[in-house]
Amino acid sequence: MSEPIDLAFSAIILLLSAPVIAMLLNRSQHLLITAGFSLAVAASALAVAAGVWTVSNGTANKMILVAGLPDLPFHLRLDPLSGFFVVVIGLLSLFVSIYSIGYAKGFLGQRRITSLVIFYCIFIAGMFMVVLADDALIFLISWEVMAAASYFLVMFEDERIENRRAALLYMVVAHVGAIAILLSFGVMAGLATGFKDFSGYTFDAMRASQFPVEWAAVAFFLAFFGFAAKAGVIPLHVWLPEAHPVAPSNVSALMSGVMLKTAIYGIVRVTFDLIKIFPWWWGAVVLVFGLVSAVMGVLYALMQHDLKRLLAYHSVENIGIILIGIGLAMIFASVKLPLLAALALIAGIYHTLNHAMFKGLLFMGAGAVLHATHERNMEEMGGLIHSMPWTAALFLVGCISISALPPFNGFVSEWLTFQAFLLSPSLPGSLLKLLMPMGAALLALTGALAAACFVKAFGVTFLGHWRGLRKPRVREANWPMRLGMVMTALVCLFLGIMPTLVIEWMDTIPGQLVGSKMGTSAGAFGWMWLTPITHERASYSGIIVFLGILAVVVISYLLLHVKPGTIQRVPIWDCGFEKISERMQYNAASFSMPIRRIFGFLFSIRQRVRPVGNGHSAFPKRIHYSLRIRDRFWGWLYRPVADVSFWVSRKVGRLQQGRIQAYLIYSFVTIIVLLVFSI
Amino acid sequence: MTIAPFIIEVLQFVILLCVAPLFAGWAKMLKCWSQGRTSPGLFQPYRDIVKLFSKDVALAENASWIFRFTPYLVFGSAVLVGGIIPILSTDLPLAATADVIVLVALFAIARFFTALAGMDIGTAFGGMGSSREMMISSLAEPAMLMAIFTISLAAKSTSLSQMVQVIYSGQSLFRPSIAFALLAFILITLAETGRIPVDNPATHLELTMIHEAMILEYSGRHLALMEWAGMMKLFLFVSLGIAAFFPWGIAPAGDLAAIPVAFIFLLLKLCIAGIFLVLIETGLAKMRLFRLTEFLGAAFLLATLGMLSHFILE
Repeated sequence: MSEPIDLAFSAIILLLSAPVIAMLLNRSQHLLITAGFSLAVAASALAVAAGVWTVSNGTANKMILVAGLPDLPFHLRLDPLSGFFVVVIGLLSLFVSIYSIGYAKGFLGQRRITSLVIFYCIFIAGMFMVVLADDALIFLISWEVMAAASYFLVMFEDERIENRRAALLYMVVAHVGAIAILLSFGVMAGLATGFKDFSGYTFDAMRASQFPVEWAAVAFFLAFFGFAAKAGVIPLHVWLPEAHPVAPSNVSALMSGVMLKTAIYGIVRVTFDLIKIFPWWWGAVVLVFGLVSAVMGVLYALMQHDLKRLLAYHSVENIGIILIGIGLAMIFASVKLPLLAALALIAGIYHTLNHAMFKGLLFMGAGAVLHATHERNMEEMGGLIHSMPWTAALFLVGCISISALPPFNGFVSEWLTFQAFLLSPSLPGSLLKLLMPMGAALLALTGALAAACFVKAFGVTFLGHWRGLRKPRVREANWPMRLGMVMTALVCLFLGIMPTLVIEWMDTIPGQLVGSKMGTSAGAFGWMWLTPITHERASYSGIIVFLGILAVVVISYLLLHVKPGTIQRVPIWDCGFEKISERMQYNAASFSMPIRRIFGFLFSIRQRVRPVGNGHSAFPKRIHYSLRIRDRFWGWLYRPVADVSFWVSRKVGRLQQGRIQAYLIYSFVTIIVLLVFSI
Repeated sequence: MTIAPFIIEVLQFVILLCVAPLFAGWAKMLKCWSQGRTSPGLFQPYRDIVKLFSKDVALAENASWIFRFTPYLVFGSAVLVGGIIPILSTDLPLAATADVIVLVALFAIARFFTALAGMDIGTAFGGMGSSREMMISSLAEPAMLMAIFTISLAAKSTSLSQMVQVIYSGQSLFRPSIAFALLAFILITLAETGRIPVDNPATHLELTMIHEAMILEYSGRHLALMEWAGMMKLFLFVSLGIAAFFPWGIAPAGDLAAIPVAFIFLLLKLCIAGIFLVLIETGLAKMRLFRLTEFLGAAFLLATLGMLSHFILE
């Protein structure tokens, strides 16, 4: 083991050996769970080590595999950017694999988990391969491996029709995206050699060449479209809230937490590393897509009452926030402000890491709830904090982190993004300057709405009383699940209070991509203060905020608890009404009603209130209330596309006569046409 | 390292804890006078707090640890914010801990937990308060940040101490952008501290309660902490406004002799702020909940106008 890439490569080999193990242990499902997921734990740990090593070194090392097509070997490369993403993927899959050891036990006796273990390991291996790939060929192969493995994971519980539909939709969107990426690489590879031979397919060749502006734009926007489809950028997001909730929760955690990040990796790699020189308006396009995704994502999330669907829409939001950082970095880089570009890029990729952690944690928590209650509908839940104290506390950590509240990690990256926005006066051009304040305002709106959404999610799920008719017997998550979640929560806290250490470690990435480091400890302060640019400009110390609040809380608690036994437990105050019931609590729909009313024009909402039973309409015995909220993009974008493709296929279907003579004529005409063209 | 900044820091905490109820009492007194009622006196908030601290806590049967932890967290975050805003002097050891964005976020985490506590017991009131509070805050917070960004663009910094120093040096006075930001900030202060026309701190009517609905189930020392933190929040918002818009009198770094003067200035400014607050509160009626979007929208628009005028005019 001399190079980090050997470590990473051995991790991939280890993961790809999972099918063999799964076949051998197929008889003993118990042992298979432990062995399969332990294998994933070990491989992830190896990969994390490789990634950390590479990023702190700041050097790239390569590997050429003589495999694949003749004369077109596979190139692998581990540089700080891919190293960082290896860490993101590895860290979360490490925790999720520990969690899975406990989680998969829930399937015992219901279904065989052999396929889960196999595709889970291949899925992780696929993600590692995507970020290690250094030529278009292996990149696309890995991309497909990842997509196919995750398709089978979404299909794991395939007896339900919604799962099959979701998986199909996912596959379609993934492939539309993959075609765009393929074409983008085709353009770049062709231009790299002037369409002479195939040697342009390596990233090195693309890096070395200068693309003409218009072709670079074609390549960039094809790639952006393709990666945006994978990342769930609005309006290409519709598959995401369908597919993520129906997968097993450990897979949802990985899909939302890290699979979307491979698309972010792709955008950063293509833009900053392969194309390198670009005009500012590309960045503005990315920024606008990011802003739209962030705001619309969180608003759609607020309207959900399925816990996992809600989290899936939040992935759309957070991908938006990441794209805001990347878009800003592109704008700053294009006008030759490398220091500011470094700040914005760090903000974007730091949020990538943060989102992987807290979204993984939240999906694991949702999985634990699902595991215990067999219920995904939040309207039925409530009061779980009493029966699941561990899960509740850990889920709360995720909620605070994703709502961008200090001292946890989500806040740090949003704070950095705000700082990047506030540096916009150094930009030339008044259009850009006007775009920036609006962007900052929308980001602020996103953060505030996310907080509202997670008050709803946590409050309705874990607080109050059980809202459903029959309360199931709820048991706390088992130890491996708790351990996985505790470790993720600790990383969330660490990333929140020690951002300086982490950013110094990853500062080699902007150093290579935009030609400047951010230099976190600018000024007179030390490691405790995060001070981008200068310390007069802005500073934040997560650890002091954390310890400060902790100190005041502890002191005031101790001062006030000198007298023991002064707390009396009493029944709820019911205003003398005496008929207070669980059904009177606020639920998910009523909690979000004010916001639904304000932003209602963005959705297609159908709300019906109907009195049931006879009697005077002013005194109904019961009221039937139904609410249906749909994504407007279905009607705007997908319905027309689907209709058109059905129409076209019906027309094309006429060619199928079912008679051999007709088919022979088709072949004959085709050959004639081809001959004419080839002359 | 000198010891003086640490003394000022401690002084600030003392002032925060002691003057905040006084300011609340002052506002209440003025309000009573303006409405032709007899006031309970300037020191009534102290009596209320002391009374609540000496009482036992009646806790609902299914209250979880969130409900019990929230008062301490809300109190703790308010105290921490008090150590960061330059109330007396810009020379604070804690000043570099957080800039204005972090301050907004610290208020947000207190609100996050208060809203959770409102949902913890499982009564309709609590959920109603939480839902409304989060709706208002999700509109007020962007406006607040926009107002702050406008000032920080003028001051080229988001650190409050730095802003005060820049305004001292006379660089960013009487600009149109600052005027817009100030107007927006006043509207947001009314919304965030739960004053008329957004919320009525004196009401317990279910149709109008917002903040009170969330803390309805609290009693004893928990309620005392929540009430005290509420008073501190009002005081802190006023101090934040003073530091950002009217910083004259705040002692510059290293000037210990200016501290007593700064304190007198602070009291004067608080008196005036109280009068303004009461004028607004008695002059306006409480708004319907869904009229608030227009109110907060106006705040947001003003802040955006401030930012645009910074880019266009300055």
